[in-house]
Amino acid sequence: MLEIKNLSAAVEGKQILKGIDLTIRPGEVHAIMGPNGSGKSTLAQILVGREEYEITGGQVLFNGKDLLDLDPEERAREGVFLAFQYPVEIPGVNTMYFLKAALNEVRKSKGQPELDAVDFLKLVKERMKILELDQSLLNRPVNEGFSGGEKKRNEIFQMALLEPKLAILDETDSGLDIDALRIVAQGVNRLKKKDNAQLVITHYQRLLDYIVPDQVHVLHDGRIIRTGDKSLALELEQRGYDWITDGGKKSGLN
Amino acid sequence: MSTATETIEQFVTKEYQHGFVTDIEMDSAPRGLDEDTVRFISKKKNEPEFLLNWRLKAFRHWKTMVEPKWPNVHYPEIDFQNIIYYAAPKKRADAPKSLDEVDPKLIETYKKLGIPLGEHAKLAGVAVDAVFDSVSVATTFKSKLAEMGVIFGSFSEAVQNHPDLIEKYLGSVVPYTDNFYAALNSAVFSDGSFCYIPKGVRCPMELSTYFRINAKDTGQFERTLIIAEEGSYVSYLEGCTAPMRDTNQLHAAVVELVALDNAEIKYSTVQNWYPGDEQGRGGIYNFVTKRGICKGINAKISWTQVETGSAITWKYPSVILKGDNSIGEFYSVALTNNYQQADTGTKMIHIGRNTRSTVVSKGISAGRGQNSYRGEVKVLKSAEGARNFSQCDSLLIGNKCGAHTFPYIEVKNKSAMVEHEASTSKIGEDQIFYCRQRGLSTQDAVNMIVNGYCKDVFKQLPMEFAVEAQKLLGVSLEGSVG
Repeated sequence: MLEIKNLSAAVEGKQILKGIDLTIRPGEVHAIMGPNGSGKSTLAQILVGREEYEITGGQVLFNGKDLLDLDPEERAREGVFLAFQYPVEIPGVNTMYFLKAALNEVRKSKGQPELDAVDFLKLVKERMKILELDQSLLNRPVNEGFSGGEKKRNEIFQMALLEPKLAILDETDSGLDIDALRIVAQGVNRLKKKDNAQLVITHYQRLLDYIVPDQVHVLHDGRIIRTGDKSLALELEQRGYDWITDGGKKSGLN
Repeated sequence: MSTATETIEQFVTKEYQHGFVTDIEMDSAPRGLDEDTVRFISKKKNEPEFLLNWRLKAFRHWKTMVEPKWPNVHYPEIDFQNIIYYAAPKKRADAPKSLDEVDPKLIETYKKLGIPLGEHAKLAGVAVDAVFDSVSVATTFKSKLAEMGVIFGSFSEAVQNHPDLIEKYLGSVVPYTDNFYAALNSAVFSDGSFCYIPKGVRCPMELSTYFRINAKDTGQFERTLIIAEEGSYVSYLEGCTAPMRDTNQLHAAVVELVALDNAEIKYSTVQNWYPGDEQGRGGIYNFVTKRGICKGINAKISWTQVETGSAITWKYPSVILKGDNSIGEFYSVALTNNYQQADTGTKMIHIGRNTRSTVVSKGISAGRGQNSYRGEVKVLKSAEGARNFSQCDSLLIGNKCGAHTFPYIEVKNKSAMVEHEASTSKIGEDQIFYCRQRGLSTQDAVNMIVNGYCKDVFKQLPMEFAVEAQKLLGVSLEGSVG
């Protein structure tokens, strides 16, 4: 589904990613962990087409298409979704209206008919239950006045609505209390299907208590320095990143 | 980022859609302005003595005045002697009696503008008085309105048929001494619309006027007068466009509204004069005086405007709240893009007891546009219990534009309550990106954000007009971020 080949990227002349290789197949859940500044969020931003990053090498294929060649909205319509670490507020734009427009763009690109207001509302009500989201939030402007937890839940709710092929969760656990974390993680798990995939970016292991990854990658200084199964996450929890990053430097692993 | 900026530039520089020129023989006054020009115009229009005298007094007063410099707009000196003050399509001797007699080319022009004349008019249920350069071309629905006693037509016609009403009300709200451009207009105005709603009549349809400046170097000085008698109601729509010219054209109109006891006038404008090209060449100078008076008790005047065009806009639709319990409202969306400049706002003058006013102003600046809100709320000593609420918001798109707010508040009665709220926000790249990540194009994202921002004003517009305003805003803006 997603093939990242030797991807490197810079921002304002500074090299952030230094050759990333990563392959994600349908049905898989991958976690990317790593200390602050290792390039985790940069990778997420590049995958969804944020323009301030300069691609300096490598390739990304999404279902065979050159992902880096597509505009952000085209990537979204192809089924790449990012749950933002810091969802923005859009004053004046009603959340329902926004979501309906977004969903219909995605449907149009798939050749599906647009949903009318009635069918859309039905779908919304059904998907809202997954996130235990209060419907009154959806009648407010996008993210405006939402608490941190509400914003994150709203992100996952959008994911439930848009049903992406690849969902990237960028530090979705940050700023969530334990109950909210559980709800969000359950939501994510319920959305897991055998033809879609998830890339979970996190700093802490605790999210992985709920979302169980098939593979865990450790990103450090722009490179994936270690890949393992979920036990790697537990090991990181116990021992921190130092043992692995020092080792990475000494042995020159990439 | 560079890609984003380029796309934005492309959207923002979308071309003006109404920039066609209609090739019709014109009957013009010579360039320049002196008393003979004023007499020429008055004679052309076969006006009664009182009107010629009024024009001449206005002209003499105008000569003593200087152009105002206080608005926050910048433009080269206007040479008032290099303007043609009167231009009418020829063949007016045999003026059209019905739509069928109107020059088909004019009809074609209006079709391009999307104006519902003829059959369109009946379908749309809109009575249109179309002003082409200086004379009113055709008025639809006149007979149906006449049955109810509603007078709606060109100003010139009203001068011929209802001189008593003109004499009584012309200049009663905006006297010719009011300001430089009002004086100029009073001297040389060529046509405009006139509307009279008799006592107790609720006008059954929206009355609509479209103005268009066609001839080159022509000033358009139209005069609109609306009188709503006791207990009557009228909703009036005004739309404006002009062809693309690389020279600037002057538009100095005066609109006067009079609402008597329990009468209500709702006046909506969608102004889309040619704004000049992306380098700031050409475009209309729109220096307009609009004012209404709530003369009687419980009267209500509501201005709604969507201003997307003109190189320079200088306009303050105002309400004098004279009658007790009268209400004044002003809802405005003003957009400046490229090198456009707008200095616009309102004045609410509270004189009567328990008078109330509401001001909602939404300024949008994109490109290198400069947008100023200038508003005055004045509560006189007599205005016991007066209330005002003002909300002025500015939205910035990109980082080369500017927004400015100049509120003036003067309160002379202790029982008055005046509230003023203001905000400035910017469409961020983050907001655009968020929308794009959900599958929306940059263009749709900006439209959505801008429309959301303007919602409070759009909902004041009549339905079809609101749709048009939204589209217009979309065309004038389409995308952008900085």
